[in-house]
Amino acid sequence: MPTRDGIASGLAAAGYVADGELATAISLMAYLKRPLLLEGEAGVGKTAVAAALADFYDTKLIRLQCYEGLDQSSALYEWNYQRQLLAIQAHQGKAADAIEDEIFSEKYLMERPLLAAIRQEKPPVLLIDEIDRADEEFEAYLLEILSEFQVSIPELGTVPAKSIPHVVLTSNGTRELSDALRRRCLYHYVDYPEPDREARIIQARVSGSGSALSVQIAHMVQAIRKEDLRKRPGVAETLDWAAALVGLDVQNLQDKPELVHETLLCLIKTREDRARLRPEVVNRLMGKVA
Amino acid sequence: MTCCGTPLDRQEQDAVSELLATKLAAFTRTLRDNAFAVGLSEASDAARLLTTDLVRRPATLRSAFRQLFCARKAEWDRFDGLFDAFWLGKRVRSRSLVSGGTQPQNSPSLKSLSDATAKGSQEATDQVSAEGEDNHAADGEGRMEGASRIDAINGVDFRKLSNPQDLALAHEVAENLARAMRIRMTRRDLERRDGYRIHLRRTIHKAIGQGGVPMHLVMRRKRERPLKIVLLVDASGSMSLYTGVFLRFIHGMLDAAPEAEAFLFHTRLAHVSDAMKERDAARALDRLSMMAQGAGGGTKIGECLADFNRQHAARVLGSRSCVLIFSDGYDTGEPSQLGEEMQALRRRCRRIAWLNPMMGWDGYEPVARGLQAALPHVDLHAPAHSLQSLADLEPYLARL
Repeated sequence: MPTRDGIASGLAAAGYVADGELATAISLMAYLKRPLLLEGEAGVGKTAVAAALADFYDTKLIRLQCYEGLDQSSALYEWNYQRQLLAIQAHQGKAADAIEDEIFSEKYLMERPLLAAIRQEKPPVLLIDEIDRADEEFEAYLLEILSEFQVSIPELGTVPAKSIPHVVLTSNGTRELSDALRRRCLYHYVDYPEPDREARIIQARVSGSGSALSVQIAHMVQAIRKEDLRKRPGVAETLDWAAALVGLDVQNLQDKPELVHETLLCLIKTREDRARLRPEVVNRLMGKVA
Repeated sequence: MTCCGTPLDRQEQDAVSELLATKLAAFTRTLRDNAFAVGLSEASDAARLLTTDLVRRPATLRSAFRQLFCARKAEWDRFDGLFDAFWLGKRVRSRSLVSGGTQPQNSPSLKSLSDATAKGSQEATDQVSAEGEDNHAADGEGRMEGASRIDAINGVDFRKLSNPQDLALAHEVAENLARAMRIRMTRRDLERRDGYRIHLRRTIHKAIGQGGVPMHLVMRRKRERPLKIVLLVDASGSMSLYTGVFLRFIHGMLDAAPEAEAFLFHTRLAHVSDAMKERDAARALDRLSMMAQGAGGGTKIGECLADFNRQHAARVLGSRSCVLIFSDGYDTGEPSQLGEEMQALRRRCRRIAWLNPMMGWDGYEPVARGLQAALPHVDLHAPAHSLQSLADLEPYLARL
């Protein structure tokens, strides 16, 4: 079982500043061979976990982005219909069985993420992003694959897994997931990072951001999240904002309040929220974090 | 394994393992008692974790157990308290089901209604389905009496149904009506005949015998997802005469539509779908009366909607959702807030219908300031004071 600290430092090397609990979750994933379900608000860095994990294991990241109406053919495999039609024309006059064997062979099969993930020699990280957007039917099907790790293709037979991928699922909670899927997975709720961790994330990801500025930015973003906003800024927004401030050569937020206000467009993404954060509100928040 | 630095011998180790196994079994039982779905595989994985280094510090074991045993945020938030209470002997704070609330008290109006219903369902009347669909009731006489009574109360304002039998009957009918409506809505969904796509794989199979010419196109039906209904019910004092019947209507709706969600509001908002999933309507009402509170404490519709928009909207609303608000619109909060929150709600769903029992009254004008602020954002403002008015909703709900 990889140790918690080993994982935390490995993820840090991959540019992801994890808290202790998440490191524990990842070590449990390896030890208990269960998928990990990450739930949390948009922009807290759920997807980044999978990317860092692939770096950590030095393996491929295979991503399946879910959406409403996602079905097996786009998630698992698809036959190359155009080539099949051409092949049927080319083999005119042959017996139907022979043609069938020919056109439903490996040559005409197109891998989609799920099939690709179980056919890798080295276990990849399989990221199933926003599983809550897919429908219940697909969820049930996914559950089957996650417990069997083999896929049956009617025309080809059963494809067993060459290796068992590290599976990470993310959900924004737009739909209630089934109990069966939840129980199959380890669960970790990803919250917005604490200010000191967010400051470390800024330092790790934005070159040129000194520690004093990072701490200021992290506390400021924290204060903005506490305001009653429609869209609270996520970690990605924080990083954009930090990069903008560093690019504008801001050393200290207190020195350039007008620049702070102008660059808020990196953080605030709706008109109402923009209207709510009037200059005097921003100045009040800055006074708090000084 | 060591204890206080001294290695344990074999026998001691076994004793410790056995003790831990017993303790773990008790802990999983505690979790099950607290509504965690803990299966055998979780329990055996937890036992494996007890043999690793995680045991050295309670905090690491706790976070490992938390990730293993929890399956949703509500459990995630409660787990540490339960763990500490069980393993470390700390006191656990009790939680209430009402969001933002302290302790729910019993609401007299709902309580008496649920009692009346319980009595009513013991003197059971027969099953009635809406709008002249086939009745499957057994013997003629009872049915006739029931049916004629129903005709008699169909158009009567719920306020005027005073005797317990009539009220119980109205409850039954409301519930059956909701079920029938729901079933018809689904059926209508199935009959929509647009959105075919070609099922390529099957078409190719068919084309092999014809030299690759796809003579027979195999079609794939586009699946229709049913309209999702979200019900927000005003349970304040001014609505008490109607709440019982509405709740039965909603109970029927939820019973037939697993994807529907229901909320009660008065001075606060309570998510009641789970309580309403009780098969037995009387028990469901009982559970609700435990949640409902603040009758006569005024209604803060704006605040409750704000709560709904913040806490629940993202999860329960989608582009195919229809929100039904059962309320008389008497709001003791700020009208401007109600307007804003209605606007926010409007952006998140397909349609909003405001069902107002007062509209059935002669000479009623919607002049309450809260209602005035809300109505511009509403697609339908309709009466809901009698069985007939509830039945009239069906065509509107079935239209997507």
